Amino acid sequence: MANIISDETIDYVGILAKLELSEEEKEQAKKDMGSMLDYIDKLSELDTEGVEPMSHVFHVSNVFREDVVTNGDDREAILKNAPEEKDGMFVVPRTFE
Amino acid sequence: MEKQYETVIGLEVHVELATKTKIFCGCSTAFGGAPNTHTCPVCTGMPGSLPVLNKQVLEYAVAVGLATNCDITRYCKFDRKNYFYPDNPQNYQISQLYLPICRNGKVEIETEKGKKYVGIHEIHMEEDAGKLVHDEWNDCSLVDYNRSGVPLIEIVSEPDMRSAEEVIAYLEKLRMTIQYLGASDCKLQEGSMRADVNLSIREVGAEEFGTRTEMKNLNSFKAIARAIEGERERQIDLLESGEKVIQETRRWDDNKGESYAMRSKEDAQDYRYFPDPDLVPIEVDEAFLDRIRERQPEFREEKMARYKEEFDIPEYDIDIITGSKRMADLFEATVALGAQPKKVSNWLMVETLRLLKENDMEPEDIRFSPEHLAALIAMADKKEINSSVAKEVFEEIFKNDVDPAKYVEEKGLKTVNDEGALRKTVEEVIANNPQSVQDYKSGKEKAIGFLVGQTMKAMKGKADPGMINKMLKELL
Repeated sequence: MANIISDETIDYVGILAKLELSEEEKEQAKKDMGSMLDYIDKLSELDTEGVEPMSHVFHVSNVFREDVVTNGDDREAILKNAPEEKDGMFVVPRTFE
Repeated sequence: MEKQYETVIGLEVHVELATKTKIFCGCSTAFGGAPNTHTCPVCTGMPGSLPVLNKQVLEYAVAVGLATNCDITRYCKFDRKNYFYPDNPQNYQISQLYLPICRNGKVEIETEKGKKYVGIHEIHMEEDAGKLVHDEWNDCSLVDYNRSGVPLIEIVSEPDMRSAEEVIAYLEKLRMTIQYLGASDCKLQEGSMRADVNLSIREVGAEEFGTRTEMKNLNSFKAIARAIEGERERQIDLLESGEKVIQETRRWDDNKGESYAMRSKEDAQDYRYFPDPDLVPIEVDEAFLDRIRERQPEFREEKMARYKEEFDIPEYDIDIITGSKRMADLFEATVALGAQPKKVSNWLMVETLRLLKENDMEPEDIRFSPEHLAALIAMADKKEINSSVAKEVFEEIFKNDVDPAKYVEEKGLKTVNDEGALRKTVEEVIANNPQSVQDYKSGKEKAIGFLVGQTMKAMKGKADPGMINKMLKELL
């Protein structure tokens, strides 16, 4: 494996992803990430000099909607996605800044 | 010698756009709906849902960009800003990093020190987050996604400001420009305009910028001024005592008059931006820009210059009236209905401002129609009502936008122009107040005021004080 993932990197990625990994899981993640990066590195073999980065496959632009209300109150259906609900709101673990 | 420090300030201003619907879905942006009643799979981040840009958002953003002398980006894209927080259901905010819609602008501001330009680095379009309510009792947080997906523009200035006065002047300028465009009501208290202050200090004459902090939670011009002063002092104290300023986000507590470092939304400020694959690029062509340019309104400076030419009203009045788009529109519409400009201005400058202050309202909250104000002025001109009745009726117009003619009719407030009836009342008043009559006759001019008041009272306020005065003098 050409890409060796350090402990610091795995910890940092863990923080960003809000994941707590056990030592075992960290080792597995390091291996997985390394091989993924190796795979991506293949792309670097191509000469991309002067090629614009692509964010869409098709050349489509300017897709708009008019500023007209089309959605009604669908709270009941939306709240079915909530792990828990209270007073018409999603209940989440206590979070503050 | 004591070191002299210069304050360097740049602003990030978020403005909530006045669209009817959210930026990427057809949910209403109306304020005050019951929690989560304005939500759909798009603005609650359900997998598989597809955002589509609200055209009005682009139009407002471009209009603001043109009004602030920006270059409009002809090929522009949306990016995802990744962070985890429950107010952000997608785990990313759709924003613009690489190709924001407007760049390289500037606005002119004026303070006591004179005029100067503040550069605008960029303006980008993005979506607002939901609202978190903390439930202390049950140790959990509740999320309302009604605000999630409400369109915002973020206006990022260059670090060109050097004092709180310049910051306030810049914010006033932005607010005025955006209100004139109708793109937002820009209310700091209600959060439709939010300013984050980036501030650093450096020794006077230094080339390099110092380390900056970002200050949040500033919801009035006064709080902004105090926060700037407080942060400047804090940074000077740090440097003077040999410490360093740490680059961090701080939250201003206006009651305590101090700030504290915020626990950031994540431990690392690494947003891992990448182009949003769900949204196609925007290509802005000349025809689109021309359409927006044609629609640009007359802005405040132009309006002030025109008022000076067209209307015979004091500069002070012009300044106040044009200080609110709503007020200026009302003024012009009322004048267009035939009312004399000076009189319209008086109603706005005196009674309207008084009622706004008493009711803790802003000029943008004025609801009454120019037709009713014009009708009131016409009635007063024709002496159908006297000035105190006019004020009373105006309060009703201000509060409930009543039709003055109808209101006066219903309440029987019309001035009694029946000379016979008035004469009879005046005679009675003279007969009942011999002391005042005596006083007047012995040279106390003021005594007549009392007699006018008594007559007015007897007429239940429905008389012309000028006429009473004249009649009293005749009879005495």
